[in-house]
Amino acid sequence: MKLFPLHLIPAAPNVNFMRLRWISISVALLLAVAASAAMGIKGFNYALDFTGGTLVEMHFDHAADVDHVREQLATAGYEGAQVQTYGSGSDLLVRLQNESGQDNVAASSAAAKAVLAAVNSTANPAHITRSEFVGPQVGKDLARNAVWALLFVIIGFLIYIAFRFEWKFAIAAILTTLHDVLIVAGFFAFTGREFDLTVLAGLLSVMGFSINDTIVVFDRVRENFRNLRVEPVELLNRSINQTLSRTIITSFVAFLSALALYLYGGGSLEGMALSQMMGIVIGTISSIFIACPLLTIGALKVSKQDLMPKAKDLEALARRP
Amino acid sequence: MLEFPRWKYVVILLVVVLSTLYALPNIYPQDPSVQITANRGAAIDDALQQKIEATLSKEGIATKSIEIDNGNMLVRLPGLDEQTRAADTLRPALGDSYVVALNLASTVPSWLDALRARPMLLGLDLQGGVHFLLQVDQKAALEKRFEAYAEDVRVALRDARVGYESVERQGSNGVIRATLGEGVDANAAVAAIAKAMPTMQLSTDRNILTIAVPEAEVNQIVTGAIEQNVGTLRNRINELGVAEPIIQRQGADRVVVELPGVQDTAQAKRIIGATATLEYRAVIEGNAYDAVASGSVPPDARVYYRKELGPDGKPMPILLSKRVIATGEQLVDAKYQPDPQSGTPAVSVTLNGPGGQRMFDFTSQNVGKPMAVVYIERLQEVKEVDGKEVRSTRTTEQVINVATIQGVFGKNFQTTGLESPQFAQDLALQLRAGSLAAPMDFVEERVVGPSLGKDNVERGTRAVLYSFLFALAFFLIYYRMFGILTCVALLLNLLIVIAVMSLFGATMTLPGFAGLALSVGMSVDANVLINERIREELRAGMPAKTAIATGYDRASGTIFDSNMTALLAGVALYAFGTGPLKGFAITMIVGILASLYTAVEVSRGLATLIYARRKKLKTIAI
Repeated sequence: MKLFPLHLIPAAPNVNFMRLRWISISVALLLAVAASAAMGIKGFNYALDFTGGTLVEMHFDHAADVDHVREQLATAGYEGAQVQTYGSGSDLLVRLQNESGQDNVAASSAAAKAVLAAVNSTANPAHITRSEFVGPQVGKDLARNAVWALLFVIIGFLIYIAFRFEWKFAIAAILTTLHDVLIVAGFFAFTGREFDLTVLAGLLSVMGFSINDTIVVFDRVRENFRNLRVEPVELLNRSINQTLSRTIITSFVAFLSALALYLYGGGSLEGMALSQMMGIVIGTISSIFIACPLLTIGALKVSKQDLMPKAKDLEALARRP
Repeated sequence: MLEFPRWKYVVILLVVVLSTLYALPNIYPQDPSVQITANRGAAIDDALQQKIEATLSKEGIATKSIEIDNGNMLVRLPGLDEQTRAADTLRPALGDSYVVALNLASTVPSWLDALRARPMLLGLDLQGGVHFLLQVDQKAALEKRFEAYAEDVRVALRDARVGYESVERQGSNGVIRATLGEGVDANAAVAAIAKAMPTMQLSTDRNILTIAVPEAEVNQIVTGAIEQNVGTLRNRINELGVAEPIIQRQGADRVVVELPGVQDTAQAKRIIGATATLEYRAVIEGNAYDAVASGSVPPDARVYYRKELGPDGKPMPILLSKRVIATGEQLVDAKYQPDPQSGTPAVSVTLNGPGGQRMFDFTSQNVGKPMAVVYIERLQEVKEVDGKEVRSTRTTEQVINVATIQGVFGKNFQTTGLESPQFAQDLALQLRAGSLAAPMDFVEERVVGPSLGKDNVERGTRAVLYSFLFALAFFLIYYRMFGILTCVALLLNLLIVIAVMSLFGATMTLPGFAGLALSVGMSVDANVLINERIREELRAGMPAKTAIATGYDRASGTIFDSNMTALLAGVALYAFGTGPLKGFAITMIVGILASLYTAVEVSRGLATLIYARRKKLKTIAI
């Protein structure tokens, strides 16, 4: 066997993905339901960006003991303070929820100083590297903007794909993308990982990535419908196989760049990188196992006519009495 | 078959040269420096330079250079610690006549500067500094303006000698009701107001005249208020001395203030957030204690409280006219100056033309009578009511000074007898920096330490570097010759993104680095699509050259469709995201557009260059 060209997968694969379509759609549905349940029952662990409150990031000279810091804060009167390590063991994040009478910038700066005073010791001196205060109103506006952004993207995708392809493709692509975002979001809810602004950005870029993968497959479906004379199911399967190596290579490299972000980007980009890595994997799987099978079901069933130039239809209509 | 027009090579070459040129400034590190700006007539000259040199060397602070740059003195320092120490030393040494600010000075050579090539702006998360988000209280802005309209109506009626009982604004919906005196001709009143204020909508009902402010004007007041606030903030921050502040309107009613290099938030907040202003009002004679006790306040008066305590240990009440003589908005200049007669702290004030005219009109009729200065300050309060947070603001109005009008004066006068030099100084600064058209509340504050900023730059650069290395290594092994083409395309892509961002002065943030890394992932897609398509055509038995050309042609359509959708997601992020997220969106958008060009055009040009001349091309390394 020749070494070159190198292949991650066989050169001309012929896997019958469509035979699995009922299984794959059922699994996708199950996952989507599980993700929705996770979001519904557990909810998101929203970060300061959304909830409002005070956050203090501190750097210690030596690794700090989280439990000890928590005790020190409790004795200083900050019982509800959340403490977690951030990046290396010597960086700590302390989070205080808004309390009545403490919800303004002046009180927040005072709180930051008090937190530092409570945990600072000569044995392990600490200093504040970052402090944030976010009012509750800001968080609400952010959440509203996030919903707008999501709607904008969905409607934009729908219009674009319906215009360049056909409305059935548009619906199938959107369903696939929503499925991917839902699962990534569900993962964040289930694991209780912090959901902040960068994760939101990560989710939106997941949408971009997932739709991109789906479009490439659909593009081949469109081309094949125009050139080949085979049954739709067989044609869809052939299209997936033809684009399979591209899908996997692209995803592999994109995954590597998100991995670099996860490994070297530091604490504040971790959530974003994680959402992207998950999104890339799930987006790849769904573009193979979900997007095309959707095109064989019910109202979304595509046929050759859907992709033929529309001029004939108009002529046919014109001939009618 | 495999052809590429010569002019397109010229374009590629041009793109490469320009991108390199404009991306170049980013490799020059910035010097931590202290910038000294002259304040009110002070000079930036050699004498100052010598003074700075002497002061710093006495403290043992090493400097890189001290130079005059654009009329400012720039002291370059070897590190961040020296920068802080130098600023702390110079501030007291130079005194009030100079503003000392932390800055990062560019080390870009002058020939690049001449081409307008600049490094990318760094966001606060990469540079360190303070970020504030302020919410403008539009309702208060409107009420303030409607009150001013009511006063204009009073003046118009008085000037036309139309008797009236009262002129009051109705709530905050822009309606003013004037109750005219008995037997007064309503038409005369309408004519007088229509002449003085032609845009108002007037209607009469017997002796009641209703004046409505038109919708368009209300909207204009709201926009104007925010713009004035942004302008005022800019003045105040200039007084504060920050090198490159960002003061921007965000959305309908918010203002973002970013102060790079600032670490002490307390002073910044006191100056930015101060919504203190002064009002000069006439004192109405009468026993204020009786008025408070009986509740019968004269119709043209209101009860205010003085700072001084009365015999009962509570602030003394005083009756002041409802009419304002002058406000902080009409103020041109205010200076701290001890009163030459009594030596007490005082602020010497200069008003603008209209303000001076009114002051003159008032004082010429009221010499020997008392006039009061009201100090108005807003405080934020949050209470919890039924588990919900209720944000409210409390306005404190305090009569800080009651002085007898010693003589007729107009534009220039002094407010004496203030409590302390510090109070007088702060008051002068706030007055000078203008008053806010509408009060503002802090709704967000973020402080990023300079060391964290530096760490973030390192992390971001490392992440982008590795994401490139991973991709390049993979492509070189997997596609061999076409892998090299892909690598060249990817590197050019990075270069273009950096150049475009630098050229347009876009702000780089930590998520921006993530966007760069991600755009690597996105732009490999186009290259993979092309390479895989070429392989496919080769497998189908096409001759090598035709396979390359067909591969590029067929893949282009797919690349266009898939990139357009990804672009949509980027645009949504930009449109609805704030702050650092915009940085992420911009790098993503520019990255996608650049990858369209580099993957489709540049790599094709290169492939043609390598393979087109080979007459008997049997196999290609892909």
